Amino acid sequence: MSSYADPPGTASDTAAAATHEPLKAVPVPRWGQWVAAAVVIALLAALVWSVATNKNIQWSVVGQNLFEGTVLRGLWVTIELTVLAMVAGIALGIVLAVMRLSHNRVLRSVSGGYIWLFRGTPVLVQLLVWFNLALFFPRIGFGAFSADTNALIKPFVAALLALALNEAAYMAEVVRGGILAVDPGQAEAAGALGMTRGLTMRRIVLPQAMRVIIPPTGNEVVTMLKTTSLVLVVGAGDLLTRTSAIAAKNFATIELLLVASFWYLVLTSVFSFGQAHLERRFARGVAGVQARSLGQRILANLKPGRVAGGAAR
Amino acid sequence: MTAPMVKGVPMVKAEGVHKSFGHVDVLKGIDLEVAPREVFCLVGPSGSGKSTFLRCINHLEKVDAGQLYVDGDLVGYRRSGDKLHELREKEVAAHRRDIGMVFQRFNLFAHMTVLENVMEAPIRVRREAKAVVRARAEALLDRVGLGAKADSYPAQLSGGQQQRVAIARALAMEPKLMLFDEPTSALDPELVGEVLDVMRDLAESGMTMIVVTHEMGFAREVGDALVFMDDGIVVEAGHPREVLANPQHGRTKAFLSKVL
Ligand SMILES: Nc1ncnc2c1ncn2[C@@H]1O[C@H](COP(=O)(O)OP(=O)(O)OP(=O)(O)O)[C@@H](O)[C@H]1O
Ligand SMILES: [Mg+2]
Repeated sequence: MSSYADPPGTASDTAAAATHEPLKAVPVPRWGQWVAAAVVIALLAALVWSVATNKNIQWSVVGQNLFEGTVLRGLWVTIELTVLAMVAGIALGIVLAVMRLSHNRVLRSVSGGYIWLFRGTPVLVQLLVWFNLALFFPRIGFGAFSADTNALIKPFVAALLALALNEAAYMAEVVRGGILAVDPGQAEAAGALGMTRGLTMRRIVLPQAMRVIIPPTGNEVVTMLKTTSLVLVVGAGDLLTRTSAIAAKNFATIELLLVASFWYLVLTSVFSFGQAHLERRFARGVAGVQARSLGQRILANLKPGRVAGGAAR
Repeated sequence: MTAPMVKGVPMVKAEGVHKSFGHVDVLKGIDLEVAPREVFCLVGPSGSGKSTFLRCINHLEKVDAGQLYVDGDLVGYRRSGDKLHELREKEVAAHRRDIGMVFQRFNLFAHMTVLENVMEAPIRVRREAKAVVRARAEALLDRVGLGAKADSYPAQLSGGQQQRVAIARALAMEPKLMLFDEPTSALDPELVGEVLDVMRDLAESGMTMIVVTHEMGFAREVGDALVFMDDGIVVEAGHPREVLANPQHGRTKAFLSKVL
């Protein structure tokens, strides 16, 4: 912490101030903050103490299962599901967003209908529908090129389909917001240079929309990490499926939920740090201070030498 | 600068051009001709339709009625027999390649460096070799006095510098016609001169230019023709020095008394 009060949002002032003699001022006393902190710490200590010393939680079971082979395999499936569902969801989301903003009325309506359908129904319901697809489409494909649905739609495939197709609807809205946030003058200048709409979208609009798209996409990834736990209902072999299976045998329900929680927290935390890095990368060419996520601010505060105010400066 | 000697195909020819947005008639029949190598100045009060007319020339807006020709080609349509066919998107894009446009707000690509801004369209649209484009882009940046800024991002440049890059970017496509829509209106007064200098240099090199501007000094010195537009029609046209010194029309007089 610097010796003077540093209100949030004015961090860039420090860059200008740095060239002068730093101001030395007695900070405003913040007694309320100290009292609040003391209360919170006391409550937290009490909670940790009651959990740690709880006779009903066998910590040894938690320890035994934390790095257990099946659990780690489940962890890997969770990562796989998250990555694949997000990649497919983002790709399809971009297509849907571009369709939604197209001049072609048919494309616009198709995209609108898709978003309406997939955002309007619970992902759990969609998951069960894909899993039970064979009930109403026993075979899929055309004529000779068809296959038994149950052979094709394994639990993992059903899970992936449900998560990816649902995610696409949300990503479409995120991408659309990003595209609309780009100054229309950019597309106009590209058009005036003879670039087609497709080329303009790819080379000019989408790269600039990324800056707006990335923060909410990061949130989508974190949400997806957690949403993958729903695939428990179809037994797709993810982290929660595996820990639940173990708990069903040894009846250590809470212990294995703690194991699962531990790994979910590790995944979301590791990801949040990566996210901050990505956001800085895509701020290229942007003037002035831009809105930074909490994680970025924390990161920025950890690096004393970093000049506040964005990567371009 | 040099008035056209040969009467060939006009670079731009407008015949009764109409344009409306919903119920608002913005252009109510524009007739004018711009000769090759001419610097053609378009002046008029705010909302008179100057930008709209400029945007019709490269088909950023669709003409509702009348005809607009660039270098003898009908803008936005193809005539076969007595039928008009709308041009496809690709054809419109091809038409725009040869027309440079400079905007009031520069509109440089914010995520690209100055050099990338200038090289983008020749590489992606004309599919030229990178080395060739790079050499041309560097030469153009030198010409507008910004060779040293090639690796800067637009946000790191002053308005005047950005506008000069925008001019270089348009010139990289080797256009036959340049459209300027109030290129100095968004600039601080002390930066206007550097942009006008580049435009004067361009005019001397023989580029055909249509310039919407409030810089009457530039129009008087560099312009070969001047049109005063008001409320979607051409009110008065002539040589800039004559129109500015001796306006015939009441509306022209009223406007000039405000801007001169
Ligand atoms: N896309 C649009 N939709 C609806 N109305 C428009 C549109 N573009 C322009 N107009 C209207 O057309 C009229 C003429 O606009 P235009 O921009 O051509 O004027 P201008 O002469 O360039 O004015 P200025 O000097 O302010 O730039 C204005 O009344 C404007 O509100
Ligand atoms: Mg205008």
